[in-house]
Amino acid sequence: MTLTKLLSHYRTLNLLSILLFIGLWQSLAFYLSDNSLPTPAMVAEVFWQETLSGQLPYHLGMTLLRLISSFVVAMLLGCAIGILLGGNKKLDAFFDNWLVIFLNIPALVTIILCYVWFGLVESAAILAVVINKLPNVVVTIREGTRALDKDLLEMTRCYRFSKLKTLRHVIWPQLHPFVMGATRSGLALIWKIILVVELLGRSNGMGYQLHLFFQLFDVAGILAYTIAFVAVIQLIELLILKPLDRKAGRWRR
Amino acid sequence: MTAITVDIINKSYPAAGQAGLHRAIANLKLSLPSNEFMCLVGPSGCGKTTLLNIIAGLDRDYSGEITVEQQHKEPKIGYVFQNPRLLPWRTVRENITLALPDDYDPKTVDALLETMQLTQAQHVYPERLSLGMSRRVAIIRAFAVDPDVLLMDEPFVSLDAPTARQVRELLIGLWQQRPHTVLFVTHDLREAIALADRLIFLSPPPMQALSEIRVDIPRNIRDDETAIEAFRQKLLQDHPEIRELL
Repeated sequence: MTLTKLLSHYRTLNLLSILLFIGLWQSLAFYLSDNSLPTPAMVAEVFWQETLSGQLPYHLGMTLLRLISSFVVAMLLGCAIGILLGGNKKLDAFFDNWLVIFLNIPALVTIILCYVWFGLVESAAILAVVINKLPNVVVTIREGTRALDKDLLEMTRCYRFSKLKTLRHVIWPQLHPFVMGATRSGLALIWKIILVVELLGRSNGMGYQLHLFFQLFDVAGILAYTIAFVAVIQLIELLILKPLDRKAGRWRR
Repeated sequence: MTAITVDIINKSYPAAGQAGLHRAIANLKLSLPSNEFMCLVGPSGCGKTTLLNIIAGLDRDYSGEITVEQQHKEPKIGYVFQNPRLLPWRTVRENITLALPDDYDPKTVDALLETMQLTQAQHVYPERLSLGMSRRVAIIRAFAVDPDVLLMDEPFVSLDAPTARQVRELLIGLWQQRPHTVLFVTHDLREAIALADRLIFLSPPPMQALSEIRVDIPRNIRDDETAIEAFRQKLLQDHPEIRELL
C-alpha cells in the first residue's frame, strides 16, 4: 500500500493524530524537564499503579455512577418539559423567564446552594448537577418540538393514529437528532460539573481525588485520572452513541 | 351512507407580516350526497385545500357548520394530500400499515401494492422514491383504510400519463366495488369530467360555489376522449362564467 492510500484511511489518520499529540507532549516535557509537566511514560506509570491499587477504578466508578444517575434524571425530565413547552405556546410564554433564569445561574451557585440547603449528601450533589443540566435539555427539546412537521401531524390526526403510535412513529424520530445533541452536550457538561460537586462536598470520586492531587502538586496523578475519564467518555461515544446514530439514520439517503 | 353538508359562513386567515387578513371562504353552501363522486374545480389558490382540511376536521378555526352524516359511527376518512406526507423513517409498507387498525389484512395491502406497481419497492424508505412513486404510496394509504369519505387533493399531479390513467381506473374500480363519498380536487377539467358524477365549480377567494353540473356520460364510455371533449366544449359554451375560471 502506498503512503497516500494509507493516509486516505480514516483509521490511520486518527492514529497519526494521536501519535502526533503524544509526540508533541513528549518533546515539550523533555524540553521543560520539570515536575509540572511529566512525560507520557510517567503518566502511564501512575495510571497503571493507580489502577492496580484499585483507587482509580473506585473513584472513576463513583463519578460515573453520579454521571449516569444525574444524566438519566435530567434527560427524562428535560424531554418531558421540553415537549410540553414546545407544544403549548401559553405554557412556553409563562415558563420562558424561568428557563432564562435557570440557564444563567452559575453552576457553582447551584452547587453551593444545594449543599447549604440540603447538606453534604449524595442527593444534594445529584440535584445540583440535574439543575445545571436540565435547562439545556429543555431548550434543545423545545426547539425540536417546535420544528415538528405540521404536515405529518395533520396526517396522523386524519388517519386517527393513537397517542402512543404518534409518539413512537412520528414525534420520536423527529426529536431523535435533538435528543442526541442534548446527550452529547449533556455528557460533556455534566462531567465537568460533577467534578466541582465532588470537590466541594463529597469524599470520593474524581473531583475529590483531583483535589488531593492538587494539594500535593501531583500533576502526573491529575493527568492520569483525566486520561482515564476522557477514555471512558470516548468509549461511551463509540459503543453507545455512534451505533444509535447509525441505527436511526438508516432511512437517510 | 355518508352525506356531507357544508355551510361555511366565514373562514379567514389572520393578517401576518406584510400579508393582510385573507378571507378564504365566504358563504359556501354545498350538499354532498352519499356515495357520489364529486370533483371540485376552481382556480389555484381559491381555497380548495382549506375546504378539504375543514371537512377532514383538521382545521376547526372557521365559522359555520359541517355535518358528516354517518350511521352508528364516526366516518373513516382517507385523505390524499397535495404532498405525499409519508414518514421518511418508515418503509413504504410500514407507511401504509401504520394508518390501518392493528388487525388489518396483509392481503389487501399486497393487492394494492401490486396494482400500483410498488411491490418491488415496499421495503424501501420514501427518500429513495421518485415523487410519482411517493404519491402512489399516499394513494394506497388512503385506499387501504377503506374510507367512508375519500378526500383527494390533486392526487395525480406529477404522475406520468399511463400511470395516471391506471390509477384513475383503479380509483373508479374501487369506488364502484365499495361506494363511498369522494371529493376530488383538480384544476384539470378533462380529468374532472372523466371521473365525476358531479362537477362543482368554485370562485376565486373568498370562495363560493358558482355552479354544480351533473356529468351524464355513462361510466362505460368515460375512457372515450371524444365524449369527454364534446362534453367539455358544450359545458364551456353553456356556462361562459366557467371559462374565466380556467
